[in-house]
Amino acid sequence: MSAVVERSGRPAAPGLPDRPRVGRVRSMVDLYLTEMRTAIAVQFQYRVANYFYMIGMVAEPVIYLVVWSSVARSQGGAVGGYTPGEFAAYYIVWTLVRNINIVFTPYGWEWRIQKGQLSGQLLRPIHPIHYDLGYFAGMKFVVLVLWLPIAAILSLAFHPTLQPSGLGIGVFFVALWGAYLIRSLNMWVLGMITFWTTRVSAIFELYMALELIFSGRLVPLTLLPGWAQGVANFLPFQWTFGFPINALVGKLSTTQLLEGLGMQALWIGIGATIIHFVWRAGIRRFSSVGN
Amino acid sequence: MPEDHPVPGPADPAIRVVELRKTFVVPEREAGLKHAIRSLVRRRTRQVNAVDGISFDIAPGEVVGFLGPNGAGKTTTLKMLAGLLYPTGGGLTVLGATPSRREKDFLSRITLVMGNRNQLEWDIPAADSFELNRAIYRIPPQAFAETRDELVELLEVGDLVRKPVRNLSLGERMKVEIVGSLLHRPQVLFLDEPTIGLDVTMQKRIRAFVAEYNRRYGATVLLTSHYMADVVALCKRVIVIHHGRILFDGGLSGLSSRFAAYKTIGVTLDDPTIDLGAYGEVIHRDDQKITLRVPKLETSRITARLLSEQAVADLTIEDPPIEDVIETVFASGEDDERLPEREKVSE
Repeated sequence: MSAVVERSGRPAAPGLPDRPRVGRVRSMVDLYLTEMRTAIAVQFQYRVANYFYMIGMVAEPVIYLVVWSSVARSQGGAVGGYTPGEFAAYYIVWTLVRNINIVFTPYGWEWRIQKGQLSGQLLRPIHPIHYDLGYFAGMKFVVLVLWLPIAAILSLAFHPTLQPSGLGIGVFFVALWGAYLIRSLNMWVLGMITFWTTRVSAIFELYMALELIFSGRLVPLTLLPGWAQGVANFLPFQWTFGFPINALVGKLSTTQLLEGLGMQALWIGIGATIIHFVWRAGIRRFSSVGN
Repeated sequence: MPEDHPVPGPADPAIRVVELRKTFVVPEREAGLKHAIRSLVRRRTRQVNAVDGISFDIAPGEVVGFLGPNGAGKTTTLKMLAGLLYPTGGGLTVLGATPSRREKDFLSRITLVMGNRNQLEWDIPAADSFELNRAIYRIPPQAFAETRDELVELLEVGDLVRKPVRNLSLGERMKVEIVGSLLHRPQVLFLDEPTIGLDVTMQKRIRAFVAEYNRRYGATVLLTSHYMADVVALCKRVIVIHHGRILFDGGLSGLSSRFAAYKTIGVTLDDPTIDLGAYGEVIHRDDQKITLRVPKLETSRITARLLSEQAVADLTIEDPPIEDVIETVFASGEDDERLPEREKVSE
């Protein structure tokens, strides 16, 4: 135990013994695991509500799937390189990626500041982003368990066609968490606008509209006009939806798979850098105004 | 770890506040559509000096009551001490650290408990949230278990920590909140209305717990409360703040002797039907005893008159209840014409 215990480096106040602490790296792993366990416990409290929420969420991709399958059939069996079976695969994998992409939104930020929850988090010796990343990561394990029967029913109904490579499957599982991180960081950047205005919802709605079009959520990106695909290449959205989906559906070459992971790493780096600077300015603003 | 602030020695105060100020700029407008539209073009703001140059030291292990009416600046001061608010001016150190830097080491040594806010997860038992605090504060498992069990026993919440927090009553929730806030054994406790909304029994239990925590760990406690019983039970020293300025800083007994404008005389007469209205204001009467309120400076003279003119079986002289004294202190703050103008309007 002594190998993983350190002391604070500062003498204790008079009359109080200094207290040993768990080592920094081990404590961070411990924090994430504990947060994830907490999230799982909380989500299982609401398992029925969660299930209905997920079933409701399935409506969106099923509509896209039915529409695009019909278009494909009317155009001789494929559109933009996607057959009805590949559309089925795309939108069934979509349901998992969408659930993995659910993170703490700017609505939550408004609530967090108005209710004083952020003040409570600021009193703790750890950056609040770790709570969100750990907590929502834990939720995903519950989501996965609930998603499996839904995926099975959709597969029976729509007969998906997947041709993933071994590398594609591996990249998919990494890319899922890459997508989760990118979207978490993006939402944090948006949420931090709450430090300057308490009505960030309008900006959030604009983000959602852009994401719908340029991420592959509404439609696979290859079906968009060339100019729109060009715009999408300069935005982070496709790395949170289209890329992980296509990795598993089998639409990407080895080069594209590895480049995709690189792009995810780039956007994670950009998001983390923005958060680093905006957080410092935001927290200074928050500490000046108070709540 | 780099150190760019002095480490406190044994003789240093746990908390040092020097000419501390906090100013908020608050938007304001008159009611109505016309003013709403006008405010789009011409924004009117008011500068409010929430804390206006206060200074005090608190020694390690001291328990101090921080009193004042609503809006006096108590919570703002506590938030600055806990590092949640940047001061506008002046200086402060807590355990040798500058709170607004929010260094991890500093945050690991303090806690701020606010009676009207909770930090525990709503949907799961408090015991699970305690585990989260263990991870956050990097407490070794053995030390965590010892502290948790000790606090749970002191506050008698053994059964409560296994229930989801949402199923607990207000008082029960407050007790488990306090356990959660102290698992890292903070050396400085900022308690903001910890007994608010609780019944008398629960208030007493929390008071006894704070006193025991202070005794056992020598922790420094700064407490705000509207319940004077909290202050009387826990604090030898009080700091009274009003309009962001300190009106009084000293012993609780000194507060009465300095600010109480009257005393109460309890008289038991052989004939309890006699009217004592000529001696002072009769504020209470029962079968045996009459309680009079008399001006403090007149107490000796009136007592002598009573003893010489009436058949007195028993007589006691007491300071007024502390609530009345505090009311007097606040009223003196309102009337103090020396206070500078606190608010400036700018557009």
